[in-house]
Amino acid sequence: MKPAPFEYFSPSNLNEALGLLEQYGEEARILAGGQSLMPLMNLRLARPKVVIDINRLSELQYIKNDNNGSLTIGALTRQRMLERSDLVQRGYPLLTATIPLVAHSQIRNRGTIGGSIAHADPAAEIPALCVALEAEFIVRSARGQRVIPSKDFFLGYMATALEPGELLTEIRMPAWDQAYGWAVGEVSRREGDFALVGAIVLLRLEKKDVCKEARIALFGVGAKALRMRRAEDMLCGGNLDERTATEVARLVSEELEPDSDLHASAEYRKEVGGVITRRFFVEALERAKKAKKR
Amino acid sequence: MSKKAAITLTVNGKSYERSVEVRMTLADFLRDELALTGTHVGCEHGVCGACTILLDGEAVRSCLLLAVQADGRKLMTVEGLARPEELHPLQMAFQERHALQCGFCTPGFLLTAHAFLKENPVPTEAEVRKAISGNICRCTGYLPIIQAILDAAPIIKSVSRE
Repeated sequence: MKPAPFEYFSPSNLNEALGLLEQYGEEARILAGGQSLMPLMNLRLARPKVVIDINRLSELQYIKNDNNGSLTIGALTRQRMLERSDLVQRGYPLLTATIPLVAHSQIRNRGTIGGSIAHADPAAEIPALCVALEAEFIVRSARGQRVIPSKDFFLGYMATALEPGELLTEIRMPAWDQAYGWAVGEVSRREGDFALVGAIVLLRLEKKDVCKEARIALFGVGAKALRMRRAEDMLCGGNLDERTATEVARLVSEELEPDSDLHASAEYRKEVGGVITRRFFVEALERAKKAKKR
Repeated sequence: MSKKAAITLTVNGKSYERSVEVRMTLADFLRDELALTGTHVGCEHGVCGACTILLDGEAVRSCLLLAVQADGRKLMTVEGLARPEELHPLQMAFQERHALQCGFCTPGFLLTAHAFLKENPVPTEAEVRKAISGNICRCTGYLPIIQAILDAAPIIKSVSRE
């Protein structure tokens, strides 16, 4: 018996869950897949007075295409469902490539997309993906609903814009442009562990390989997933080639101010941040060139 | 709702009804309430994989579930793998390849591999390595474990076709 005692509720629908959240406010923690909250409770780093288990809310478990091509995902959708989804595999290559990087299969069988976002671990892949794709989050409470863009959602180390009483219910990812060249990857101690450093690169080209759009997100190197605005600005409007790769790696490495911890020093993260940005930039550029030829 | 809850669940084909404290993890429940001590508890925060069981056929960490969450579900633990008279092909392959030393991690590896081979009956070595990446063996017996899973795959495939 490891977690400290708590009151347990297992609501069967969203309204009931929102009512409980309203009633218990800051005393309550939401239990989704439990792959982050349960470790914290087992170690007693978290001692919620009330646990609201939302696993019966099957209404929050879906993957759908909107008319405009955007992807809407229910917050309780398990990472494994995304991994196996035909819809995702057919139309969203970056999402398809990112999900298997999330922990191990046993974790993805339970872990949910909403849980990962609400937990906001700075080394987690899904929040970084949302920041790179500029996803939006639908948040519900007994008082109503609001839409929060990812740039306003992640505030800092495991801190989000979610207020007590609010529940993340849906993730909206913008329509995937087939012209995107993309790459994602990370360096970790063991396959599936949290990233020591991870990066996502998205590139879109105009004629003559001029960069129309560049997005670079790094994770594991700060209090939250970070967009590398200096490097993105440098890339936009310029010609992209091998030399640009070196320059972008240098800019990213300079911009990073990571912390040291048990697993890696700040110097290591700074250096490797540049190295993997270079690697994924080259990969994304190749894909963007191919996409343009099609 | 309170701090105790009544649950009904099926483990290895047998139905159980118990009243549990809601804060009890599923791993502790299996071991302490059902005396199914084959499920091992290592790190208790989801890193080591020793407590891996099948929840409705899917490999999960039983230390990261509450017993109350297993209400109405079908579970399988390592005790459900072998038939009374013979070991499961995976267990035989582990024995044959000496894929265990102290044996602490073995139940987790077996169930992870069992679920994996159901989904991917003809895996490559690289796929096996990835599949077991969430299980730690501190006797560093990974190579024999990989070999054992590769050995067992065609046997399980031929048995399941019968």
